[in-house]
Amino acid sequence: MKIFKWILLWQILVASFVVLAQSSTTSATQTSRSQKQQVQKQPPVNDGERIFTQNCSRCHNAPDGFSPRIAGSVVRHMRVRANLSEKDAQAVLRFFNP
Amino acid sequence: MALFVKTLKLYQLRSRQKRGVCVRWLHIALAASLLFSPLVYAQNTPLISGGVGFFTSTNGGNTTYIPAISPLIQAPITKRLQVESRAYLLDAFFPNGKGYDTSHFVALTYLQASYFANPHVTVVGGLFLSPFGTYTERLSPIWISNFQDAPLIVPIGTGTGAGLGGMLRGNAYSNGKVSIDYTAYFSARSANQQFNASRSTGFRVNAYLPKPRLEMGVSYGRLLQGTNANAVGFHVWWLPPNTAFKMRSEYAHTTHVQGYWFETDYRLSRFGGTESIVGRLEPVFRMQQTFRNAPDATDGLSAQNTQRADFGLDYYLPHNVRINTSYSRQFSASGNRNIWQTGIVYRFLFPAWRGK
Repeated sequence: MKIFKWILLWQILVASFVVLAQSSTTSATQTSRSQKQQVQKQPPVNDGERIFTQNCSRCHNAPDGFSPRIAGSVVRHMRVRANLSEKDAQAVLRFFNP
Repeated sequence: MALFVKTLKLYQLRSRQKRGVCVRWLHIALAASLLFSPLVYAQNTPLISGGVGFFTSTNGGNTTYIPAISPLIQAPITKRLQVESRAYLLDAFFPNGKGYDTSHFVALTYLQASYFANPHVTVVGGLFLSPFGTYTERLSPIWISNFQDAPLIVPIGTGTGAGLGGMLRGNAYSNGKVSIDYTAYFSARSANQQFNASRSTGFRVNAYLPKPRLEMGVSYGRLLQGTNANAVGFHVWWLPPNTAFKMRSEYAHTTHVQGYWFETDYRLSRFGGTESIVGRLEPVFRMQQTFRNAPDATDGLSAQNTQRADFGLDYYLPHNVRINTSYSRQFSASGNRNIWQTGIVYRFLFPAWRGK
């Protein structure tokens, strides 16, 4: 059992390190960009992309690409599997086929 | 001898029939979806997806080679109705020193019709994946799972892994700050080989906070036959924003056993992006434990307390191909063991027929 406690401790340390490293990198980048953002307004975030990232990407990576003819079918599949609302499903469809 | 040969032939015939039944159901599902889909317009062409892979596993010194395919068919029938199905077909080869022993496995994973009743309610009927917990519904496809083996606690609350009956599901409330979704089901008992299910009922509710990308959920399941056991589960997923780090965890408890698993993965995309040689690497770690308070042969878990650590390394090749490797060490009163696993999976996704 001792080995498991050490593994658990190691995992928590590694996870904390990774998250801290990532967030510090991100915050540094954000700070350097903040001046530019003051001058140039950021474009509005694409709702479909956000919903795709927040829901579909939670479980799997996006496939390399697929035919636009099945975009609607893919979204309907995800609507059931990821419990998307109709509004969110339509936003993802617009993201796939703008 | 004659009796043995006769028995063997009968077994082979039954084996073919079993495969035939499954393949027949797939054909029926495909034919029905294609024939009854008048609403096949622009973006709603029926699709064929799934994964095909080759896996090797050395568990306690015994090696198995497994070529497998898991096809998925999905077809919109009307604007509100769709049919989809997934199956799993594999051949397992066991080296025996002189050659190989083989065994076949063919199973319908699910075959369901979904009806979008309104923006927040979807009615599902047929053979559906058990919604208890997160693994069976979300992570079990071979082109998604980070490890070949499912977590040890997966049988808790999921029974045969599928339910045969009806399910209501959907998104109850969603805005930029929180998203709440639900699933509730009832399953009838079925001893049919391809529609094997227990009489059971249950629900799952998730709350997802998009800003910290944190999901928490609770599952409940009650077996309405035999032991009438209750099962309760909790899960927490955390995918911190602006990182490639993911953490998924789950705890489940039933009458005589409880356990947990947590899994972390970190794609090294910081090193030259996701397309670079290093950026395609993804170290994965999973830890799991089960604790038993009394023997129970019906819950599908090991009879002994078990601890297991899985260390994996996945590599994402171009064109939806992924290589999975892992080493696991399992500790149990029935014996400790090493498990080495390797696999390559190709994920496919294309329209059911050609078009302009």
